[in-house]
Amino acid sequence: MRAPLSWLRDYAALPGDLTGHDLGQALIRAGLEVETVESAGADVTGPLVVGRVLEFAEEPQKNGKTIRWCRVDVGPEHNDTSGSRGIVCGASNFSVDDLVVVALPGAVLPGGFAIAARKTYGHVSDGMICSAKELGLGDDHAGIMVLSDDLAPGASGYDVLHLRDEVLDIAVTPDRGYCWSMRGLARESAQALGVTFADPVDRPVPAASTAGYPVSLESDAGPLFVTVTVTGIDPGRPSPRWMQRRLQLAGMRPISLAVDITNYVMLETGQPIHAYDADRLSGPIVVRKAQPGEKIVTLDGVTRECDPDDLLITDDSGPIGLAGVMGGASTELSADTTTVVIEAAYFDPLTIARTSRRHKLSTEASKRFERGVDPAAGYAAAHRVADLLVELAGGTVVPDETICGAMPTIPTQQIDTELPSRVLGLPVPADQVVDLLEAIGVQVTREGDELRLLPPTWRPDLRDPYDYVEEVGRLIGLENIPTVVPKAPPGRGLTKSQRLRRAVNYAVAGAGFVEVISFPFAAESELDRLGIPADDPRRQLVRLANPLSETSPYLRTTLLPGLLAAVARNTSRSNDDLALFESGLVFLGNREWRPAPRPGVSQRPSEEELAAINAALPRQPRMLGAVLSGHWLPARAFAPAQPVTWQHAVALVEVAARAVGLSVVRRPAQQAPWHPGRCAEIVIAGTDTVIGYAGELHPSVCKAFGVPARTSAAEINLDLLIEAAPDRGDVADISTFPVAKEDVALIVDSDVAAEDVRQALVRGAGPLLESVRLFDVYVGEQIGEGKKSLAYALRFRAPDRTLTDADAGDARDAAVAAAAEATGAVQRTE
Amino acid sequence: MSGPNKSYDPVQVTPLNAESVEAMVADALDAFAAATSVAELKQARAAHAADRSPVALANREIGALPPQARKDAGARIGQARARINQALNDREAEISADELARVLVEERVDVTLPVELAPVGAVHPITALMDKMSDVFVGMGWEVAEGPELESEWLNFDALNFIPDHPARTMQDTLFADPADGGIVLRTHTSPVQIRSLLDRELPVYVVCPGKVYRADEFDATHLPVFHQIEGLCVDKGINMGHLRGTLDAFARAMFGDVRTRMRPNYFPFTEPSAEVDLECFVCHGASVGDPANPCRTCNSEGWIEWGGCGIVNPRVLQAVGIDPDVYSGFAFGMGVDRALMSRNNNADLRDTVEGDVRFSRSLVGTAR
Repeated sequence: MRAPLSWLRDYAALPGDLTGHDLGQALIRAGLEVETVESAGADVTGPLVVGRVLEFAEEPQKNGKTIRWCRVDVGPEHNDTSGSRGIVCGASNFSVDDLVVVALPGAVLPGGFAIAARKTYGHVSDGMICSAKELGLGDDHAGIMVLSDDLAPGASGYDVLHLRDEVLDIAVTPDRGYCWSMRGLARESAQALGVTFADPVDRPVPAASTAGYPVSLESDAGPLFVTVTVTGIDPGRPSPRWMQRRLQLAGMRPISLAVDITNYVMLETGQPIHAYDADRLSGPIVVRKAQPGEKIVTLDGVTRECDPDDLLITDDSGPIGLAGVMGGASTELSADTTTVVIEAAYFDPLTIARTSRRHKLSTEASKRFERGVDPAAGYAAAHRVADLLVELAGGTVVPDETICGAMPTIPTQQIDTELPSRVLGLPVPADQVVDLLEAIGVQVTREGDELRLLPPTWRPDLRDPYDYVEEVGRLIGLENIPTVVPKAPPGRGLTKSQRLRRAVNYAVAGAGFVEVISFPFAAESELDRLGIPADDPRRQLVRLANPLSETSPYLRTTLLPGLLAAVARNTSRSNDDLALFESGLVFLGNREWRPAPRPGVSQRPSEEELAAINAALPRQPRMLGAVLSGHWLPARAFAPAQPVTWQHAVALVEVAARAVGLSVVRRPAQQAPWHPGRCAEIVIAGTDTVIGYAGELHPSVCKAFGVPARTSAAEINLDLLIEAAPDRGDVADISTFPVAKEDVALIVDSDVAAEDVRQALVRGAGPLLESVRLFDVYVGEQIGEGKKSLAYALRFRAPDRTLTDADAGDARDAAVAAAAEATGAVQRTE
Repeated sequence: MSGPNKSYDPVQVTPLNAESVEAMVADALDAFAAATSVAELKQARAAHAADRSPVALANREIGALPPQARKDAGARIGQARARINQALNDREAEISADELARVLVEERVDVTLPVELAPVGAVHPITALMDKMSDVFVGMGWEVAEGPELESEWLNFDALNFIPDHPARTMQDTLFADPADGGIVLRTHTSPVQIRSLLDRELPVYVVCPGKVYRADEFDATHLPVFHQIEGLCVDKGINMGHLRGTLDAFARAMFGDVRTRMRPNYFPFTEPSAEVDLECFVCHGASVGDPANPCRTCNSEGWIEWGGCGIVNPRVLQAVGIDPDVYSGFAFGMGVDRALMSRNNNADLRDTVEGDVRFSRSLVGTAR
């Protein structure tokens, strides 16, 4: 809501020297969100005066333009010795004797446009005759401004045009509908500064009357409807400059006098007004819900199909207005309207909110109605419009008026006098509570320790006991509340999952990976590019009903596209060596969709309802993803560049597993989007739980995502990993007896997985085995085609004795035998 | 070795006289001194201290001496051998010390060469900041609560006293899961986690809820459609606005140093009274206000930085989760983590937080917390 300071001064007796900034600060303290305070017209400086055109000569120019060489009387103070000034003007929409606005040399217009006496078109132009646009007064650049009033040349242009003002731009919170008006903001201003307030809504609503334009109310959503008729208005009269300027400063565009008056009164009182051309109405006005299939053409020219829940204003011709939102085109005021029926109504806020949302049509009227207008303001507002039509448009008010329906009843509330003190943590004596609430218009009846409260008609937000506490708090000033740190009961610290997630994050970062955060929005085309098959769970996408972008309307089921996009973005910025990771949720749609129930809020939902809510939510596991490209380490002194490989992707998973106290084993796997020969399935050691995959990406995936060849990646389900993590562990029993070392070389078929050999060795070697390490892989002529030799260093140690050569030898032989049985390994003997 | 000499020849025993023994010692010492390397010293040792050396040979002759002469000669040769060995050991120590000194010089490296065992990794500044914020509360005995990001409308709105179709719902431009009337949204705040905490936990409840939230908002330097919040909730007996102020002040001091907070009344459906909380500028502490010569870019010379929203938990919210508002009361607050990063760590463009540029994440390594 944009509020010119001069307008607020009409109702609040603000000190004369109060600046917009001062008022803004006071309103901020009172809980209004003052976003900016603009100095309107401050970009015009220097002499700006009213001038009378005495004479002009039209002079065609070589460039095809015709200029007017004018003599303009700019008042005795500014005229040269000849009693006027010579000014060149390019516009032609004025006549001799017209009053115009002249910027004299020394003036500066918006955009830093400095006016000086300068030679142009063969004359010295001693100033400039201004258009509205040149003065920052709107878009009208059709010609220069011609003033129709009776003004003396030399009068200040600033005053005549109401050029300078300060405008407070206030973000009105949904609870303070009354602040969508000068009336409400002036009331707040007066209160904040302790000055008097003159309410522009000063006529109580009289008893019902049917004497005016006939109206019938057929829906509870439209309980009160006032009409006042004005005849004989002169449709040709323009809106006065002060009104146009105020509308413009408030952010509305001046249109025509009658329309401007309705808008002006809406801004002033907060009561939206609709005006009908009486000659275009047929039969009584009926306020009712729409019938199925009913259509209306609104003022914006759009044909809208109504919902049975929409409230309509109708006459014999059908719908003539979408109540509280927008009027209909058929009864719109036009250039020949002479009789106007003014409507000031009260509509149910939720009905208007729903209609506004349903038709995606938010208007100045709907904004106010859905926040709740003052039902007591309508009658006064309608008469304010009528008075202005009389004063400015020469109309006559028809004495017979219609007041249909009644004021909605306003519920009272009861609070105990101690409540504000208790909630605020600051003692507020009962008398002070009463005073403060009465100051904002609440009718307070004190009954012992209880206060019975009737809120003012403009405060539908005052409903609950705590609403009144808030008023007391903001009027006293929250800064006066003493601070106390509450004592929480002993906490249990972070949960296991929280601790381990952090441990993983910092371990992975410590190992050299950089965390990124991506938007979780996804496109099916990304899954196509990853080569993910149709039956893959990652295809169970959750779609958004109103996505930010239609190109990514889904939620991610994998972190990899986001990470690949980050790789591409980095490489485009020449950050080429990348090891990125992300920890975040993915969203897996339920195979069977069901809506989440929405139980009432007057009590705790049943356990069944809560279970149904949770069951309707898609699964949202937390994943850990990583993508690497370029070099793990670039070439450096004494060390060659180390390109990233599948091993770095695997290492990330091992680092993460170690951080939670687990080890993982790998199995060769074929899984999109990885290289079919370079992809490991990651299994938690000692279980069958597959937590994810790591390896080099498929070459066509690299190409499709525009990332370097050999880009590697890993993605694991972090929830599964953390779930499997041990809660506690036992420290190792350290044997101080000497170690016995045995090396074995085993020849296996080249497609045998080293992990299978290792597991067999471990199994066969028995409890004496301390460690096994693969220290060489050999492929070559000596062992024949299709074979490889795996060399393992075995270390044996007993907890209670020194092992003999025979002990170690037996264990080694048992290990080799197990490997032979499991994998066909043959011990290399030469 | 020759046997005892019964009929000795005085000429044969000349080497055992004092002059000869002294000469042997002198020769040996000279030779050791002349040696400049382990190898040369080894040669000198072979010549003057080993089995075939003059002093060793002389020693053998002692047995051939008449008994009355053996004692003297034995003592003389023994002393000589001791002197020679001492000299040898001394020289050996000298030479190895010299050799070590030389090797140490030769082995000198340029310690200013870059060393990189692994690339520089980093957690994201937002992650680090959220951890830090959570830790402040864990230190006060609070717990950290979490919940799903795709959340039910009931938890995200209804239970928080967002009346259906009330304009407050459109304050937060919500992203709805398809179909839009299915009751599932991307949570617009972490407040549904507060509701989950009140439903699941025993009273009193003291929790903070950090996490990702979603709004159908612009994506520009100062707005993100996906951002991070931390919210706090305390529900206990006798809680009032003073407790809220005290908690916010403690939080502000832990995060920003010696600063105050201030509250400005505002509106949120889930709290009543509600307020915006501002943070005293932790850089200029208000000194830049009205001093155009010394502007403060952290607070735009306003002295205060918008920090978040807060208030007393609306009794309607307690009612919706089955808590008796006549017995319990509470406060709640929430602030943006990304915005805190802007002011606390001078991040000028919020887009940096989601673009994944490694230079951004690395820039706060070790210092974000």
